[in-house]
Amino acid sequence: MSDRLTRDDVAKVALLARLELSDAELDLYTEQLGAVLDHADDVAALDLADVPPTAHPLPLVNVLRPDVVGPCADRDEVLSQAPSVEDRRFRVPAILGEEP
Amino acid sequence: MPDLPTTALDIAAAVRAGEVSAVEVLDAHLAAIDAREGEINAFNLVLADEARAAAAAVDARVAAGEDPGPLAGVPLALKDNLCTRGVPTTCSSRILEGWRPPYDATVVQRVAAAGAVAIGKTNLDEFAMGSSTENSAFGPTRNPRDTARVPGGSSGGSAAAVAAGFAPISLGSDTGGSIRQPAALCGVVGVKPTYGLVSRYGLVAFASSLDQIGPFSTTVADSALLLEAIAGHDHRDSTSIDQAAPSLLDVLDRGVEGLRIGLVTELMGEGIAPDVAARVRQAAEALSAAGATIGEVSVPAASYGLSAYYLIAPAEASSNLARYDGVRYGMRVDAPTTAEMNTATRTAGFGDEVKRRIMLGTYALSAGYYDAYYGKALKVRTLIMRDFEAAYENFDLLLSPTSPTTAFRFGDKTDDPLSMYLNDICTIPTNLAGHPAMSVPFGGGADGMPVGVQLLAPALGEATMFRAAAVVEAAAPSLEEAYA
Repeated sequence: MSDRLTRDDVAKVALLARLELSDAELDLYTEQLGAVLDHADDVAALDLADVPPTAHPLPLVNVLRPDVVGPCADRDEVLSQAPSVEDRRFRVPAILGEEP
Repeated sequence: MPDLPTTALDIAAAVRAGEVSAVEVLDAHLAAIDAREGEINAFNLVLADEARAAAAAVDARVAAGEDPGPLAGVPLALKDNLCTRGVPTTCSSRILEGWRPPYDATVVQRVAAAGAVAIGKTNLDEFAMGSSTENSAFGPTRNPRDTARVPGGSSGGSAAAVAAGFAPISLGSDTGGSIRQPAALCGVVGVKPTYGLVSRYGLVAFASSLDQIGPFSTTVADSALLLEAIAGHDHRDSTSIDQAAPSLLDVLDRGVEGLRIGLVTELMGEGIAPDVAARVRQAAEALSAAGATIGEVSVPAASYGLSAYYLIAPAEASSNLARYDGVRYGMRVDAPTTAEMNTATRTAGFGDEVKRRIMLGTYALSAGYYDAYYGKALKVRTLIMRDFEAAYENFDLLLSPTSPTTAFRFGDKTDDPLSMYLNDICTIPTNLAGHPAMSVPFGGGADGMPVGVQLLAPALGEATMFRAAAVVEAAAPSLEEAYA
């Protein structure tokens, strides 16, 4: 069993990921994520100091299109799929600590 | 209906010639679905009415003397992470239940333009995360060859739909093996094209630097037909390669005379079931008999691929899946503040495996751990690309098993995520390198379940890969032929 990952670490990551975990899930994920990270030790053992990273398989360059107006998604069709809409905009609950 | 053609090539030829109607072909496949879908659960949604209208339109064009295209009247199943305008697209997740996309994926437009008839949306591991289709919010898909076993995943529904005769061809997506592994486990052909060959526009993103759409079929020629129809540049995907689609059907009969094919040492030993390895060696002998030169080649970094993949893919997923926040589409769980609503929605909407990968990816990207995990994994990706480059200096193609074992039983690996991840060991290096690879059925294992052999090629090496696949297919023992 891994000791690299603590229950507190998992709780902090859940907060960052906007997930709420039960006590049982915290225990389970601490164990399971630790096992995956243990397996990644074969990578940690490699000397990679002089190896450049590859973030993408293609030699990408910025792709630009001509600066002309073209069709885009229909606003009403997009808004029809939203959980809540007001004045043709997405509606959300309170932010920035205001009263709900 | 014994008189109807069964392959996509034959169906399209007969429909274009007016010998059979697209509607009668569709009805035969809908009857097959009626008979067995209850036990297989390949589909999240069968589009019977929409398909009838599309098939009737194809027949009307033939009657008017027009050519509906190379996939005329061919029923086709779509993985339910491909956007279909106005038709529910769920990714087998509660969080997208009921969502009707406001646009079609490019591949959906292209197959329709080629005359194909979309017959349904197929089941998958939630957001394509899994190797067994057991992670679907709508229940697992079962393997048509033995319903006590998994069909593989994540495109398990698309593989099972073809294996069960619900559709002659289907589309899936492959991020770490999600087309090839279920193809192997269900005994059908499955292709992961070169990264950038097929537009990802409208494919719900899992890991953007790895995802690629590709075909399933019962024959190598049908996969060539479907890949020709979907490949080619698309300005709506900035990673789309700006060149014409390759010609594949034309080269299928060219054989393998003079080709150098390497068996990947690291994928033939430890961790690979002996019956699967034996079938791969038998396929190598068949390629040798057809004139190819067979050798062994070491791709050392392939053994590190799994660790790198299970850091890179979750990291990209944690970023991609941040968009499911209950604001613009899909479900929302109401709460007094937006932050609480975000958390409540994601907690209720995502299943266990998706949460596990979001957690793993968030951790790998978080302050203090980025260099140790994500940064190192990106460097391993460089090593894998270098090792492949070295291997392809001496070989035109590589050969390996597609999956370490034949189809396993339900529940065998669900309690141990790492053992499930290890199932992807043969398929993952391809995705990290951005190369093409395909699985071709090659007889059965000791348990009588299908075995798939994997052909790997360098970037844009599809034509050579398909030539070898046709030779492997022609030499394949039947599933009924006992493993010795």
